[in-house]
Amino acid sequence: MNENLLRGSLVRLTREEPEVLARLESQWSSDSEYSRLLDWDPARRFSIKTTQKWIEKQYENDDSYSFAIRILADDRVIGGIGLDGIRWTHGDTFVGIGIGDRDLWGKGYGTDAMKIILRYAFTELNLRRVTLDVFEYNQRGVKSYEKAGFVYEGRERGQILREGRRWDVLYMGILREDWIKLEQQKGTL
Amino acid sequence: MSIAASLFDGTLVRLGPIDHEKDPETVSRWTHDAGFMRMMYTDPMRPQAPWQVKKKLEELEKSIEENRNQFHFRIRSRTDDRLLGFAELYWISWVNGTGLVRLGIGDPADWRKGYGRETLSLLLRYAFRELNLYRLTALIPEYNLPARALFASFGFLEEIRRRQALERDCRTWDLLQFGLLADEWKETQK
Repeated sequence: MNENLLRGSLVRLTREEPEVLARLESQWSSDSEYSRLLDWDPARRFSIKTTQKWIEKQYENDDSYSFAIRILADDRVIGGIGLDGIRWTHGDTFVGIGIGDRDLWGKGYGTDAMKIILRYAFTELNLRRVTLDVFEYNQRGVKSYEKAGFVYEGRERGQILREGRRWDVLYMGILREDWIKLEQQKGTL
Repeated sequence: MSIAASLFDGTLVRLGPIDHEKDPETVSRWTHDAGFMRMMYTDPMRPQAPWQVKKKLEELEKSIEENRNQFHFRIRSRTDDRLLGFAELYWISWVNGTGLVRLGIGDPADWRKGYGRETLSLLLRYAFRELNLYRLTALIPEYNLPARALFASFGFLEEIRRRQALERDCRTWDLLQFGLLADEWKETQK
């Protein structure tokens, strides 16, 4: 039995008080690039109160598996990751992730968090596959997801209109059977 | 095409509003048909009483009013006004000019009569000429061969294959995503 299910090599996944998280989220989304990497809806500024209510609602939903990401070394909360739109009868879910502080981008924290949540999805929730979408202009994201084992499955042409041009949305997926093979090769399962 | 050309009337079908009095009975019958429900939805097939359908249709109309990103039509026969199915543009992102499309003809006796084809042609014209969308997406299970053929015949391109995203009848199926750009649709109108 794995007793450290939500702990990786760089980060761990936790749940934080909505008020604390709302303040952080508000701070992170003052960087519009953070918002534009996360969502194709317009980047905007929500009040802490609205954000807090939204987080509370999410936490009260039994079908929501969202977590905060904490760095093991200094215990800082640096972002969030969550499974969304789980379709239990088919064993499929979407995953989304965001690292708030741009100084911490490209340091492996997101990849580590993704590896943790894949283990959680496959070995605790017993899902069969995990899906994600990533925007064409987020190549750092694509590389991170590939490292975690995701495979390219296609592209939605021109789904996003930003800065006067069209961008594709890329879809990636990972199957439990392929994840198990990867873990066995590494000797971690 | 002129402003006077009808957006809602075809030769076989007409796109109309929800009829909260008459529709629930027919829709309830459709929900008892696993063949239809599994073609249309990935949620578990589950029959609904007319009373439940009525409530769902009221909720749908409320959400359309609140979110303003969905257009829902009932497909009716031009000869006798009978309810044949539904057609929908949903999850519209106005900022990006994109949305999803789906349609269903409820009674298998009404399949292969050209109702779906004419509905889709009206719906596409509505999406590109009235809503001014840039692209449309259709999510279709691998096993829904009639829908795949219909959308492909309108120029929809298979863009994404979510491998084994569905499990039914003790095996897995891919979930396919098709896309059509306004420019591509315009080419087919020449």
